[in-house]
Amino acid sequence: MRPSAFNIAAVVLGLVFLYTPIALLILYSFNDGRLVTVWSGFSLRWYRALLHDRQMLEAVWTTVRVGVLSATFSTVLGTLAAVALVRGGRFRGRTGVAGMVYATLVMPEVILGLSLLLLFVAAGVARGFWTVTLAHTTLTLAYATVVVQARLASFDRSLEEAAQDLGAPPWKAFATVTLPNIAPAVAAAWMLAFTLSLDDLVIASFTSGPGATTLPMRLYSQVRLGVNPEINAVSTLLIGLVATGVIGAYLIQQRRGR
Amino acid sequence: MKRDRSRLAALLPGLWLAIFFAFPFLLVLKLSLSDSALAMPPYTPQLDWNRGLAGVQDFIAGLDFETYARLTADRLYLDAYVSSLRIAGTATLILLLVGYPIAYGITRCPPRLRQMLVMAVILPFWTSFLIRIYAWIAILKPAGLLNAALGGLGLPPVNLLNSEAAVLLGLVYAYLPFMVLPLYAVLERQDPRLVEAARDLGSSPIRAFWTVTFPLSVPGVAAGALLCFIPMAGEFVVPDLLGGSETLMLGRVIWTEFFANRDWPAASAVAVALLGALVIPILLFERQPGKVIR
Repeated sequence: MRPSAFNIAAVVLGLVFLYTPIALLILYSFNDGRLVTVWSGFSLRWYRALLHDRQMLEAVWTTVRVGVLSATFSTVLGTLAAVALVRGGRFRGRTGVAGMVYATLVMPEVILGLSLLLLFVAAGVARGFWTVTLAHTTLTLAYATVVVQARLASFDRSLEEAAQDLGAPPWKAFATVTLPNIAPAVAAAWMLAFTLSLDDLVIASFTSGPGATTLPMRLYSQVRLGVNPEINAVSTLLIGLVATGVIGAYLIQQRRGR
Repeated sequence: MKRDRSRLAALLPGLWLAIFFAFPFLLVLKLSLSDSALAMPPYTPQLDWNRGLAGVQDFIAGLDFETYARLTADRLYLDAYVSSLRIAGTATLILLLVGYPIAYGITRCPPRLRQMLVMAVILPFWTSFLIRIYAWIAILKPAGLLNAALGGLGLPPVNLLNSEAAVLLGLVYAYLPFMVLPLYAVLERQDPRLVEAARDLGSSPIRAFWTVTFPLSVPGVAAGALLCFIPMAGEFVVPDLLGGSETLMLGRVIWTEFFANRDWPAASAVAVALLGALVIPILLFERQPGKVIR
């Protein structure tokens, strides 16, 4: 069926709505002036200013470390959860695990943040880098599970069984047959987890402590003071980084998929 | 067969979620029933394990609904409760109205283009939430880009920032991918011959849509609505940055109680109240629509 004029208009307007604010944000990061409404010529001065902003650079470094660690933990845990949910049949505790996974997906972040904070306080743990990492692992575990689960559900199990019939122990069959097959989904899960961790303000604010300010926390404290072209510059770099990563991952998955 | 081994894999993630997801809720519940002693921990009552059952009894006897009583006595919390649900509900409705035509439009495109369009809808979701909301401040503020554009056209300026309208706009903007994706998932799977059959039997395109396409897409509508409504009801960033001081939403109240007022029991009680409002939507989400988004 051919798309009607209405169909085309809806899609085009939707995309314009989604992309205009981002495009404007990027455009004004290259503005020479301080005002966001007046274009006063192309300049990279806000990017240069960024290089000398020590606090911002430290926040970026903290965020990247938290992101890499929590994404790795949650991808491992999420893959395990996906294996159990897809292949475990009806076992005791399945509803519990599945329920917790889906509840995390929609739980308002303020509630997650507050409850994790209370846990850390009750356990007497000093808040900082590791508490944020644990909190982010919890947040992103569910997303990783769902992504891997989708791929695993469509994977032909008989391949793995063939490997086992030929004498491979179950773990080896999984590692040499199943894992390479679901690798794109595992990579995608990691990317998603990393991005979510990179993005999170609310949970990090609750669970972080002195010396572990993440980039969103830093950005937030600046945004509250008003619009500032330096924020546009950091944002543009972040958007560029994430877009490259996502499009790259997409292309890899496309090629593997064929 | 190997089923038994597979289910062992649930052990670690299950344990993790029990410790870091389920158990902390009990702590929130407990704290909401506690009295704040000097606004910082420890809170009374404290559980004394060394005294065994008597300790537990004393602990339970010490819990009360004082914090809840305090909250219900104050109009502010009740207003925040009502307006959170109202704003999230309105935004969900707008999202459906905006998201449905987009999802439907994408399914009408040639398959190759479809994939790229879906990708284009998802991509903004991957860029920082905070940054996307920040981008709207520059547009909506009194001396912002919107008013510059309106001025250029000779139209009077509008002051949208710090209003409920701005919050709705921000929510719709931020959650649009969450609405479009589940809708697209169900619409794409629909057999186009069903609509053709309806058309052949003489129904108008509009009637064919309402009697065939829409009813079949209800699981996607439900999934999208719940996927957006639940987190939006507790949203913090959007009302905080776009809503100004007048827009009261529970997510923000929790934040303020915690960070500004340092009243942990109050923050916990509000969190429990918010969760109470969301229990039914969350259970609904886990039952049926959870399957659509997979």
